[in-house]
Amino acid sequence: MDELLDFTAGMSLALLALVLFSIRRQHIRVEYSVSWFGAALALLLLSRWPAALQTLAGWMGIANPPLALLLIIGMLFLLVIFRLSVIISDLKDANIALTQRLAILEYRLESLHGQTGAKS
Amino acid sequence: MTIAATDGLLIIVPAYNEEASVGQVVEEIRQVLPGVDVLVIDDCSLDQTAAVARRAGAQVLSLPYHLGLGGAVQAGYKLAYELGYQYVIRTDGDGQHDPRYIPAIYEALKTSGCQMVIGSRFIAGDGAPSSLVRGLGIRFFRFVLRPILGQPVYDPTSGFVGVNREALQVFSKSFPLEYPEIEALVVLQRRRFRFKEVPCRMRPRMAGRSTITVLKSFYYIIHVLLGVFVNVLKYERRRR
Repeated sequence: MDELLDFTAGMSLALLALVLFSIRRQHIRVEYSVSWFGAALALLLLSRWPAALQTLAGWMGIANPPLALLLIIGMLFLLVIFRLSVIISDLKDANIALTQRLAILEYRLESLHGQTGAKS
Repeated sequence: MTIAATDGLLIIVPAYNEEASVGQVVEEIRQVLPGVDVLVIDDCSLDQTAAVARRAGAQVLSLPYHLGLGGAVQAGYKLAYELGYQYVIRTDGDGQHDPRYIPAIYEALKTSGCQMVIGSRFIAGDGAPSSLVRGLGIRFFRFVLRPILGQPVYDPTSGFVGVNREALQVFSKSFPLEYPEIEALVVLQRRRFRFKEVPCRMRPRMAGRSTITVLKSFYYIIHVLLGVFVNVLKYERRRR
């Protein structure tokens, strides 16, 4: 169990470092890094605080705490991915609306040019 | 039947890589309905669709990115609504919809009091779906939609559709983006709008091949089924 917790702690630290590095390089926006920060910190906390993990495993009805940790990791990442799906959906809606608006404005601009061209 | 441009009717033709057929489609529409406004929505085609449509006498709304059928049709609806059109009839750019049936759809839109009129292959009982899977899909959706719509719909996947200004207002704000035909019916029903089907015949594509495969047909069924139920769940947000 100790090896698994150490490994999880190491991965959490690596994830935190990656997120910080990405923010600094402006590869990821701060608002979208919050979910990853939260997930990484939660994992770090659980992997360094076995009593808390044991309690959580008890609440979940799982006798084996490492199994509970794996389940929690899976759930956390599912939540992060779901949040990203929501963000992508919003972006897609915005892109569609902007694309349509741009096309309509271009159409109306061309019509306007056609009208002024015909008058002059 | 001749429809004057002042009647407030716009024919929209969503098209993606249809250079081989869109010109003939536009010309046929203009033969059947001289003087009517025709708008081809070019969904960022890779070929000469826009140029061919312009040469044939259509106005062209060119999308800078490929949005798919629903996004293209909605762009047409938005423009039509902003320009004050009273009625919009959609016909596909591949030539499957025979423009000779447009006057019947238009007449039904004006006289029936329905917000949407569908050109239906099956209402007269002599139409046949293009494939077995498509036929099964249509039968399945007839069964699913019957209790939701409160009336039978014979050709729920038909894209040969006319809408009036009330529906145009709704669709310019909310329109399904992928496989829009069936979901659009549910969107209207949630607002207590009515639809009617009028008989029409579909023709084979003028050019090119359909991109619908068996796998895509199954994906279509699952996707649309989910879309239908999502729209049903939006019931409490209806405006009327």
